[in-house]
Amino acid sequence: MYRYDEFDHKIVTERVEQFRGQVARRLSGELSEDEFKPLRLMNGLYLQLHAYMLRVAVPYGTLSSKQLRQLAHIARKYDKGYAHFTTRQNVQYNWPRLADVPDILKDLADVEMHALQTSGNCIRNITTDPYAGVSADELEDPRPWAEILRQWSSLHPEFSFLPRKFKIAINGAKEDRAAILFHDIGIGMARGDNDEVGFRVYVGGGQGRTPMIAECIREFLPKADLLAYMEAILRVYNRFGRRDNLYKSRIKILVHQIGAEDMAKQVEVEFAAIQKQSDSLKVPQKEVDRILAYFAPKNYESLGEFAPETEEARLADEAFARWLDVNTADHKVPGYRIVNISTKPIGGIPGDMSADDMDAVADLADKFSFSELRVTHKQNLTFTDVRRKDLHALWKALDERGLASANISLITDQIACPGLDYCNLANTRSIPIAQEISQRFEDADLQRRIGRLHINISGCINACGHHHVGHIGILGVDKKGVEYYQVGLGGSSDNNGSIGKIVGPAFARNEIVDAIGTIVDTYLDQRVDGEEFLDTYRRIGLQPFKETLYDTAQH
Amino acid sequence: MAQHHNQTAQTLAVTANRLLDGEVVYFTAGGSWSEHFGDAAVVHNKDDGEALLQKAMPSVEALEIIGPYLFEVRELGDGAAPVSVRENIRMKGPTVRLDLGKQAERPRV
Ligand code: HEM
Ligand code: SF4
Repeated sequence: MYRYDEFDHKIVTERVEQFRGQVARRLSGELSEDEFKPLRLMNGLYLQLHAYMLRVAVPYGTLSSKQLRQLAHIARKYDKGYAHFTTRQNVQYNWPRLADVPDILKDLADVEMHALQTSGNCIRNITTDPYAGVSADELEDPRPWAEILRQWSSLHPEFSFLPRKFKIAINGAKEDRAAILFHDIGIGMARGDNDEVGFRVYVGGGQGRTPMIAECIREFLPKADLLAYMEAILRVYNRFGRRDNLYKSRIKILVHQIGAEDMAKQVEVEFAAIQKQSDSLKVPQKEVDRILAYFAPKNYESLGEFAPETEEARLADEAFARWLDVNTADHKVPGYRIVNISTKPIGGIPGDMSADDMDAVADLADKFSFSELRVTHKQNLTFTDVRRKDLHALWKALDERGLASANISLITDQIACPGLDYCNLANTRSIPIAQEISQRFEDADLQRRIGRLHINISGCINACGHHHVGHIGILGVDKKGVEYYQVGLGGSSDNNGSIGKIVGPAFARNEIVDAIGTIVDTYLDQRVDGEEFLDTYRRIGLQPFKETLYDTAQH
Repeated sequence: MAQHHNQTAQTLAVTANRLLDGEVVYFTAGGSWSEHFGDAAVVHNKDDGEALLQKAMPSVEALEIIGPYLFEVRELGDGAAPVSVRENIRMKGPTVRLDLGKQAERPRV
């Protein structure tokens, strides 16, 4: 696993001390809130409804058990005993005191973590496939490239003041598990001529107020040209991106206005200019090799694909068998599986985890998965390297703590933003809706019968809860101070990305969960063999759902 | 966004977040800040509201609070309550964690 180097360590430590000084100057009145706000945001510190909120970066979602323990320690010492895993593979604390934040940042720095680039108009934490490096369907591990991008973008003076925040995602597998079509820049690994592996580059995706699917502007980019090409995109954006209007300043608006073809042309011109100027952005093979070494394959044992003890347990224990089917995925190495730990027990708060559970998960990572884990954009955790023969022992340990919910990608595996329970910008609550839906569909057999179905909930148009790409998306809207919920159908963030379509007028708080029930019933009525929700929706469209929703509901 | 401000509201109080820890606080008739909504000064027209907000402003300079603003309240029998869901949640704490926030410390709110 990558450990940040001396250079990073020096910068991060300096920044902690710098921020300590800034907090002191704020508390002594030397800095006004207007002066302090941009400084605190640069360090990941927001003000929410009830308290400050600190967002901690988890670069490409990878955490060591030691780091997770430190996060638990921080939750206990400075917060209220829990933390929240976000869709951007970050961690948030909801109750830190301003005066404690420098100490929290210091504790983070001790385990090579920080809160830089989690806020502000810079290049944000780069996200990737939670199964990166181990999945069976991967061309290559994208994380070394995520890391190269991170180093290039970290504190890059030219890119700290972009027209707007900027998000990059990179995926190395056939299946897109990083939602690359919904980022400012999406990078997919691709095979070019002579079987050479490089990148396919998409720009202009995003969610928020104006959701857009990214367009491909480069079918194949040789690996060594990655930084030069990224720099070219950012230069075009910096030159043309609109700074005068907050809502129009994202690169997606620029791409939309000039078109993908023109965008590609502009970028190629810049790219050629950069290449002519110098080689300084060519990623040297030596550097690539150095970083690759951090991500070297683990010390896998040679095991058979078959583990008799696991098979026996599967036959003997139905709950274990279900978890095995639903929560684990194929590993590239025989005898190993990828294991997902759901943070979404029935009626739970998606993404929240207590400090005690975090410690327990850290211990299990030590015991079963090379002391490492990932945070997923579905707000779950992943152990990437579990020996097949250990699965039953791991499951038992998780189950004892209530961490073995077998619901990955099922209807109760919802994404929900913090919403009005915490967030200053919210129109409505999100979490209670997720909890009630989860309770309504508690029955494990029913969940499996419904099959893969992603419900995503945001409490306002900023779309932190990814409602545009939910198979069922729920958006909280405000009608004169009262909470209402608008429903969209057919969104998806996988390879065939799509944006959900609004099904009709919004539902009141006491109608929304029934409305979801009606949508699910309609799908179960209409589906034909082998279909998942999205297939049925794509075949039959909105109309049948409109009919059942608005004929039966009193509108 | 009506959750944030209602232009036509007449019955009003002033709230802010405390600088030190972000805690929700209310401006009292005595000119201090309280963690409890029950202590908030309530006024009955917009002009009085503006005057109350002006009176609260020096606390920003004094490093007590940040971002003071007016919000709508509703008179009820012998007390008052915030109108919007947002202000009700600020007054109590997260509705999904009854063990956290003001509601956990003071069962009577
Ligand atoms: C609780 C405090 C939070 C605040 C104040 C906040 C604020 C915002 C704002 C203002 C935007 C819109 C930015 C834009 O359109 O350019 C946004 C977008 C977003 N946020 Fe948050 N957010 C919060 C929490 C979260 C959490 C907890 C998550 C993950 C669960 C999250 C994930 C995202 C994502 C994925 C986007 C969409 C980016 C896009 O436009 O493509 N945020 N957030
Ligand atoms: S979507 Fe809106 S309500 Fe939800 S966390 Fe983001 S800004 Fe807050």
